[in-house]
Amino acid sequence: MMRRHIFYVLVENRSGVLARVAGLFSARGFNIESLTVGETDSPRISRMTIVVPGDDKILDQVRKQLGKLIDVHDVRDFSMETHDIVNRELVLCKVNAEPSQRGDIVEIANIFRARIADVSPQSMIVEATGSENKIAGLLKLLAPYGIIEVARSGRVAMARGNNESIQNARAVA
Amino acid sequence: MANESATKMKPKAKKKKENGKPGVDKRGAEIVIDALEQEGVEVVFGYPGGAIIDVFDLINQSDKFQFILTRHEQGAIHMAEGYARATGKVGVVLVTSGPGATNTVTGLADAMMDSTPVVVISGQVPTALIGNDAFQEADVVGITRSVTKHNYLVKTLEELPILLKNTFHIARSGRQGPVVIDIPKDIQKHTLVNYAYPDKPELPGYHIQMHAPLEKVEQAWKLIHSAKRPLIYAGGGVINADAADELFLFATKANIPVTTTLMGLGAFPETHPLSLLMLGMHGTVYANKAVQNCDVLIAVGSRFDDRVTGKLEEFAPHAKIIHMDIDPSSISKNVKVDVDLVGDVKCILRDLNPFVERCDTEAWLPQLDEWKRQYPLRFVLPDNDLILPQHLIQLIDELADDNAIITSEVGQHQMWAAQYYTFTRPRTWITSGGLGTMGFGFPAALGAQRAFPGRQVINVAGDGSIQMNIQELATAMYYNLPVKNIISNNGWLGMVRQWQDMFYGKNYSATNLTLPARGAALSDASASDWMNAEYLPNFAKLAEAYGCWGRKVTKRGELKDAIRECLAGDQPALLDVWVAREENVYPMVPAGASLNQMIEGMA
Repeated sequence: MMRRHIFYVLVENRSGVLARVAGLFSARGFNIESLTVGETDSPRISRMTIVVPGDDKILDQVRKQLGKLIDVHDVRDFSMETHDIVNRELVLCKVNAEPSQRGDIVEIANIFRARIADVSPQSMIVEATGSENKIAGLLKLLAPYGIIEVARSGRVAMARGNNESIQNARAVA
Repeated sequence: MANESATKMKPKAKKKKENGKPGVDKRGAEIVIDALEQEGVEVVFGYPGGAIIDVFDLINQSDKFQFILTRHEQGAIHMAEGYARATGKVGVVLVTSGPGATNTVTGLADAMMDSTPVVVISGQVPTALIGNDAFQEADVVGITRSVTKHNYLVKTLEELPILLKNTFHIARSGRQGPVVIDIPKDIQKHTLVNYAYPDKPELPGYHIQMHAPLEKVEQAWKLIHSAKRPLIYAGGGVINADAADELFLFATKANIPVTTTLMGLGAFPETHPLSLLMLGMHGTVYANKAVQNCDVLIAVGSRFDDRVTGKLEEFAPHAKIIHMDIDPSSISKNVKVDVDLVGDVKCILRDLNPFVERCDTEAWLPQLDEWKRQYPLRFVLPDNDLILPQHLIQLIDELADDNAIITSEVGQHQMWAAQYYTFTRPRTWITSGGLGTMGFGFPAALGAQRAFPGRQVINVAGDGSIQMNIQELATAMYYNLPVKNIISNNGWLGMVRQWQDMFYGKNYSATNLTLPARGAALSDASASDWMNAEYLPNFAKLAEAYGCWGRKVTKRGELKDAIRECLAGDQPALLDVWVAREENVYPMVPAGASLNQMIEGMA
């Protein structure tokens, strides 16, 4: 079955680890939709969130192989699990804004709980955080003004409630 | 890839610290030597060069290990693989940067596929030059990432000791495999104060499950016990885990037949009535029939490779599948598994064996015996004096020592060796299974011979493969490693020719190794033309050029004596055996076909 998978991977914070992880996807011809990496509360451990669309069976194989990498402490495929996850993305969107249009754009931003990060004579930058649907909705409403550029952080995700694997990783770190 | 431009540095005398701490001051190169000694390494294969010269400066000072200089880095890594496969210990390779390291890549991929514990220590250009396209620079960790179990580029002298410790630990534990540690030249030169080799690796993300959960072991036993037509399918994992005794106990106690993969040959004695020999593409008809008719298939340290399963959808259609494997990613990779037992197969079998009772295989075993009678491996000797390659292997089997180690190159001769040599104990068959590396067998034989100087080591070769690492004849002579090469010479790249014969309308494109003018005529010439043909090179004379015993034999009447002469004595030897040109390996399951669709050839 084809669907979008969200992998959570805890890794050693070492050079080359990203290439190793990405290599397991690219070697099988998967195109990573988004990938974010950042340090956790332990500087030795980084956390990756990888969004990949693809076949369940093959991506399950990839998950097992990620688990085999020496530098990987833990790997989970959130989309294969039943419990709820919090799933967010940051987007910066520079949009055409004549002085007369600024009020409308600010209003749209407010509806989406977005912020105005910059105002210039001819444009504004809107900063928004949220789920995929929310970001898509915001961009749709901003499109008529003329979007100049969009930068997206890629998704980060976390399971709600107690998360055993993260506690284990802490113990190791 | 020697580069002599580097300045030679004399090792400083070791000085003990007087401040009560256990450590001593050592240069990076000295730490490498110390690590080799601490890890119990007794032999290192390799080739020097500028970026590793500091380590080479010290290798002759160790009385703990011997260094063997090969004639090519690929030879070095295959020797290390042969050594590792014969002993179960880690094979160690020492090479320089750039071409020295890249020449080991095929061997790394080979070791990765066949789960062989190998450590490659490579020199790298000085830290400051990395990424600058320096002389003999290559991105070794980048290049080897997908063909190693793990690899390291050492960034600081401080991390060198623990990374060396980790390297050896990763190579030899769990599902074994190749590990590369790439050490820049400046790190080899600098001195680490208060050094001590670590006792333990530091690998927080690396966990190996040795035992499967006991309830799963019980579940597996219940399934096995309920079976009417059980079958054990044993692979190289049994040999890697040194679990042949446990497997023997399991199979004989339960009275369950055993078929082995190419990598598993020797995991169960082929002389035993329960043995069905090899399964798969060139396996026996009865082993494959057993797979297709069994109701419980017990995979032990095997991974359902495509050369074993044929068409997956039709593989073992009536069977529940139990899979014992150290590697969780092998489970349900190709074939859906009903009971997975992840762990070391020796541990799993030891946990399982106390439950084991005799199974009800009273109806199943006679059926298998009937198939054995009906479809034996067979060939018919021709009326003339031609040598058949299958017969050649039978004679080697007859004349070799009981505990001989057989290595092979890759191709038809490899399959005939697998079929017609009788393997009775583990670690006596060393072949390139997963990657299918031509040029593997001869250096692997040298590595095995170095491990066991007193044992007979025979490399069964093809005339194509042997040429891929024939330069190692010099190594054999230099170190007097008395490997016996027996070339099954048909003047073809025989396995590819067989596919062209069977599936590509006899279009023998780029497979004829005889001279073009002669070759054109030879492709459909009679046997006597082939026997009078010239072949490049003249292997016997080539052997003699290296100072090695060499002989050519073309007549069946002379073969037995020639093999005897080749195997006798304590010197390297090369026997060039001209065999019938156009024999094919049978039985055969065409690639992608079901195991039911065997081509029997002789039937």
